[in-house]
Amino acid sequence: MSTTGEQARQAAAIAQSATVQTPLRRFLSDFFESKVATAAVAVFAIILFIAIFAPWISPQNPYDLMVVDVMDSRMPPGEKSLTGMTFVLGSDGAGRDMLSAIFYGLRTSLGVGVMSGIIALGIGMAVGLAAAYFGGRTDTLIMRVVDLQLSFPAILIALILLSILGKGVDKIIIALVIAQWAYYARTVRGSALVERSKEYIEAATCLALSHRRIVFRHLLPNVLPPLIVVGTLQTAHAISLEATLSFLGVGLPQTEPSLGLLISNGFEYMLSGKYWISFFPGVALLITIVSINLVGDQLRDVLNPRLER
Amino acid sequence: MSRDGRETRYEPADACASAAGAAAVTRPAGDTLIVEDLQTWFFTKAGVVKAVNGVSFGISKGEVMGLVGESGSGKSVTGFSVLGIVDPPGEIVGGSIRFQGRELVGLDEIAMRQIRGSRIAMIFQDPMMTLNPVLRIDTQMIEAIRAHARVSRAAAYARAREVLLKVGIASPDERLKAYPHQFSGGMRQRVAIAIALLNEPDLIIADEPTTALDVTIQAQILYEAQKLCRETGTALIWITHDLTVVAGLADRICVMYAGRDVEQGDVDAVLDHPMHPYTFGLIGSVPSRNRRGRPLHQIPGMTPSLLNLPPGCAFRARCDRASDECHREPPVLEYGCDRRARCFHPHFEGPS
Amino acid sequence: MSVFITRRILQSLVVVFVMSLLVFFGVNIVGDPVDMLINPEADQEDIEAAIRALGLDRPIHEQYWYFLVNALKGDLGKSFIFAEPALKLILQRMPATLELAFAAMFLAVVIGIPLGVFAGLRPHSKVSKTIMAGSILGFSLPTFWVGLMFIMIFAVMLGWLPSTGRGETTSLLGIQVSFLTLDGLSHLLLPALNLALFKMSLVIRLARAGTREVALQDYIKFARAKGLSPSRVVLVHVMKNILIPVVTVLGLELGGVIAFAVVTETVFAWPGMGKLLIDSIQLLDRPVVVAYLMITVLMFIVINLVVDILYSILDPRVRLKDVKS
Repeated sequence: MSTTGEQARQAAAIAQSATVQTPLRRFLSDFFESKVATAAVAVFAIILFIAIFAPWISPQNPYDLMVVDVMDSRMPPGEKSLTGMTFVLGSDGAGRDMLSAIFYGLRTSLGVGVMSGIIALGIGMAVGLAAAYFGGRTDTLIMRVVDLQLSFPAILIALILLSILGKGVDKIIIALVIAQWAYYARTVRGSALVERSKEYIEAATCLALSHRRIVFRHLLPNVLPPLIVVGTLQTAHAISLEATLSFLGVGLPQTEPSLGLLISNGFEYMLSGKYWISFFPGVALLITIVSINLVGDQLRDVLNPRLER
Repeated sequence: MSRDGRETRYEPADACASAAGAAAVTRPAGDTLIVEDLQTWFFTKAGVVKAVNGVSFGISKGEVMGLVGESGSGKSVTGFSVLGIVDPPGEIVGGSIRFQGRELVGLDEIAMRQIRGSRIAMIFQDPMMTLNPVLRIDTQMIEAIRAHARVSRAAAYARAREVLLKVGIASPDERLKAYPHQFSGGMRQRVAIAIALLNEPDLIIADEPTTALDVTIQAQILYEAQKLCRETGTALIWITHDLTVVAGLADRICVMYAGRDVEQGDVDAVLDHPMHPYTFGLIGSVPSRNRRGRPLHQIPGMTPSLLNLPPGCAFRARCDRASDECHREPPVLEYGCDRRARCFHPHFEGPS
Repeated sequence: MSVFITRRILQSLVVVFVMSLLVFFGVNIVGDPVDMLINPEADQEDIEAAIRALGLDRPIHEQYWYFLVNALKGDLGKSFIFAEPALKLILQRMPATLELAFAAMFLAVVIGIPLGVFAGLRPHSKVSKTIMAGSILGFSLPTFWVGLMFIMIFAVMLGWLPSTGRGETTSLLGIQVSFLTLDGLSHLLLPALNLALFKMSLVIRLARAGTREVALQDYIKFARAKGLSPSRVVLVHVMKNILIPVVTVLGLELGGVIAFAVVTETVFAWPGMGKLLIDSIQLLDRPVVVAYLMITVLMFIVINLVVDILYSILDPRVRLKDVKS
């Protein structure tokens, strides 16, 4: 009798723990277990807020020629402008408030990074799933192309494309998408293949479920965790890449400066000791990329059960 | 509730019978190794895992002891504890390990290293994993010799060659130049055994060394192990979950369950007349002991999680003899000079 | 083994062919070849003459054939700016880029591996956590911005190291190199460190992950059970196992380092082929851009080929698999 009592207690305990720990809740509690990751999420939320609401929270519109005065150019941080506004982070060569320029630059940088990330993810996911699901020749052909592209660094591909396409927001997004889709395709195919070989997919096939149902209801959910991780890290990479390309003068035009272009514009002043024009946009870029990378790292740790934590 | 009355009582045949039921527990004996109340715990994020929680046994020169239990019962951790190679978060938190009269628990790392591989050697379970895949066999053998003796490479090589021949590896010169992946599983285990023998240790701990091998190779290795102990007087602890191996090889047996030694004694005595209900069940579930066509006996339930194990007998949830008493720590019962079991309700009849 | 090498070389030739197709059609279909290949400042007559000379009035497949034949002869067009063969310009600047790339790889390995192995052996210590935080920074910091900060701190504020150029060079086997003179070395240090930073983070991570995985293997426990000293266990048993993946990845990353040298060369005005590329893009000197692309593609393919072959030599297990297959 004591045995059955014990078993009943154990069963009850198991049942209880199952109701409390839904997958989402467990994910959230695992994720926020790390203080660093929690802080990174908070920082990223602030950056996102700034990027979205830049036109409303900036001290000035740095691209409104009526507001900007060349007489205010190259003011060190803390100086006041002719109109009495304080340049918290100084002003650039054209007399723009650096803080406002950074807010607007964040908007452009994040916009380009996230946009290209989403498009590349979409294309990569479709191609990767197709390769894994259909296998055979389709798979071989797709993966040859992916491998070929991945053997060249993204920056080289983007440089070449932009040297053919020219400058512009749309063009840099195209270049970033082409430079990145293969990473997503490989990730999706890899994890989809692992899932595909599992028995439940075989069972679903035996039940004569449609291709679409198997792919979207069975394969996709299992492919998502690694895809989210790669997506996060790749977005950070895309932002960094865009900044680099803009710095090299092949990315965005001067009319839509991202953080990279702001840094590039300040380069010439740096040698004469006017550090703030390059330094602060760089710090903003760094904080953005680090916070996204930290979130991505924690996502990888939490979503990968194999990893000993 | 008492079952003792209606069953034929097991009477130990040896002269030490008078000690039966004595209140004072005698300490484990042996001239090579004495482990007493060893506790090795793992401090994980989820809590303390008491992998080994009070194990005592002794072993003498030339003796073979079978250390038996299910996976996760703490057999391997006991072996690692003796060698002092428990990885963090594991730690020896209590008890004593005396090797040839010398206390090993708390011994400094340099002194411990001189014993490791030299006086006490270990053979691991999976021969595919114990040899470093990117180092040649000669490198791996010579370094084991030169870690303990100042000898020339040539002398170490000659010794390696000699031992390989001894464990039945033909054309050792060719083999020494090879990488592990060029060997079969059985061959690799022979190499691992050869490495254990290189420095003529006084104690070998073999952690399920034949589990991953074919039956024929298993038999050869068992035969050689037995021969070795007889010839050299090396004491051998043979960790296994396979009772038939123990029956054929060991002089003594120690059965572990959930980090405890639950029963130990002379191998024939324990196998013929198990006292602890766990040993009883274990012997009952060996297929060859059952009649053809009859369903096999099995022990109900699963090994309990060692994480936050409640006090009392860990086997009680699976035990058909358990009573409320079993929520308390079971006593160590001694029958004969060498026979002990931790149980409130031991069997005194042979297995059915 | 030779079957494997032959097969890989054939594969590489196919890739070169495919890439030449892509480059050619990229230039000729996406862009206007007249714009791409002919000096925009030339007058109408010159343009006509150039179109005929380049065969742009012929059908596209014939044009490709010309391009291929010329490329095989080593003729990748003439620079508008320098009025010299584009290939020659690039080959002149290649040693500077390669020196920078190898110096960066060297720094990445000699600093990265010890830090990574340490972090792998003691994953929970404060030092390890600092190392890993540093590697996240190294991954996140955009190379060009770090370069700027290096210049600001070490050249402008402290005045310790020069910020532009190669400095004094000496001839080594007929190639001009910086690292043999003190002046050249001082010029090389900042750019090399700048370029190394990203790869160093990668090496640290690889070495740490490898060490953590290898440290859990039975053969490491067995090595300890043999009574080996901790230094021998780490330096021989752990190191040799993690070196194979690290070396492979690094070999494959060499191409990436050469590509990323574009950024570092621009920041530090290092006279390599990357700087030439950026200058050419900005000056619309397209033949040089096309030539750079073809040369880099070729270089990449050769690097990948060499790494594959080296890998099969390094890892005894790969050799065996190849014999079987």
